[in-house]
Amino acid sequence: MTVQTYHAPRTREEAVALLAADPAARVLSGGTDLIVQMRAGRAAPSSIVDIKNISAMQAVLGNDGRYTIGAAMPCTGLLRDEGLCKAWPGVVEAANLIGSVQVRNRATMGGNLCNASPAADSVPALIAAGATVLVVGPAGMREVPVEDIPVSPGKTSLAAGEFVAEIRLPVRPPRSADAYLRSIPRTEMDIAVVGAGVSLTLDEAGTCTAARVALGAVAPTAIVVPEAGAALVGTKLDDAALDAMAAAVRAACRPIDDKRGTAEYRTAMAGVLAKRTALIAAARARGEA
Amino acid sequence: MSKIAVSTTVNGDPAEFLCDAGESLLDALRGSLGLTGSKEGCGSGDCGACTVMLNGQMVCSCLVLAVEAEGKSIATIEGVAEGSVLHPVQRQFLEHGALQCGFCTPGFIVAAKALLEVNPDPDETEIRYWLAGNLCRCTGYDKIVRAVSAAAAELRQERSAA
Repeated sequence: MTVQTYHAPRTREEAVALLAADPAARVLSGGTDLIVQMRAGRAAPSSIVDIKNISAMQAVLGNDGRYTIGAAMPCTGLLRDEGLCKAWPGVVEAANLIGSVQVRNRATMGGNLCNASPAADSVPALIAAGATVLVVGPAGMREVPVEDIPVSPGKTSLAAGEFVAEIRLPVRPPRSADAYLRSIPRTEMDIAVVGAGVSLTLDEAGTCTAARVALGAVAPTAIVVPEAGAALVGTKLDDAALDAMAAAVRAACRPIDDKRGTAEYRTAMAGVLAKRTALIAAARARGEA
Repeated sequence: MSKIAVSTTVNGDPAEFLCDAGESLLDALRGSLGLTGSKEGCGSGDCGACTVMLNGQMVCSCLVLAVEAEGKSIATIEGVAEGSVLHPVQRQFLEHGALQCGFCTPGFIVAAKALLEVNPDPDETEIRYWLAGNLCRCTGYDKIVRAVSAAAAELRQERSAA
């Protein structure tokens, strides 16, 4: 089946009505996954609902320390918001590891999330950040934690007619920072073998008071590892604390073997990467990086 | 299925074409508009041979729907030279022998020109990262990187002379 209709609604309500009216419709954001899937025959939408023309869908709004990012904001657009880059360097760097410049000029965090790839780079960073999304649908709006959107490779928890309109980042306490690292065999243009996102807060003495650790490419979805975050809280991120965190990370891994890496390698690497990521986040929180 | 009429601007001139809902911008450029400089290598956003500027941002035109061009401004390889005067990036590609089969070249030229517009003095690492989305299977990348570096120097000189 070929695409019959292209819609470019101007409002969320219009988009919801279009999606609800056609169960085989697909949301178009940056298109860097959807259009590839259409060409490969893996997606055959009867209509396309392009959400980019809806107000604020390609904007970053800061308000009292909170950030709201339109679901169709291209990854490179995030770099132009200095406040966002300062508050959430890990989220911005994760989104800007995706693909090439050409791809990042189109690709969006909303699409990265809803494509539901276990290896999506921005998703572990958003989960570590404690981000939520605003889901809009026929039954109204609901705010959902990012980690509850993907349910398995390629599948989301979104109901018929629903789409992600906004990504919301919470207020940052002082001495907080985040970071994201991924492991790939090259330096650019590759898919994560492992991804690790860490967001943490330190007190004035440098003791960690809050931490969230999230992983990509080691389970059917990106996952948050509460035990790994807990291993850092109350410590100064000394070696023992980092080792305990890495052990919790490895224990949470349920990876597959594929051409990019074996399950064993991914599990071992997840611990290593989470440590490095935590150290970067801590350095940033101390104002050192 | 009825065709969709799209009004856009290509290389500074108004352009109109008809397309299908699922048609790529690349296919519209090459087919309806006859601008065959942009190439289709992979069709999946990996090779960059189809790179064009869309409202000033470089994108893979194979990953843009033709209908999305409505009201936008597109710049393709055909608009890089001014008449018969080559852009410094084009001239330096020739002088450095930075192409063999030439299939990837339009994408590299458009991408390199875009780099030099935002970063007039890129180092080698910056050039290589910026061009990571453009694949060449003939020459290797050293000559391409040297050509871009030389074009950057030439453009800086032009600017300081102006």
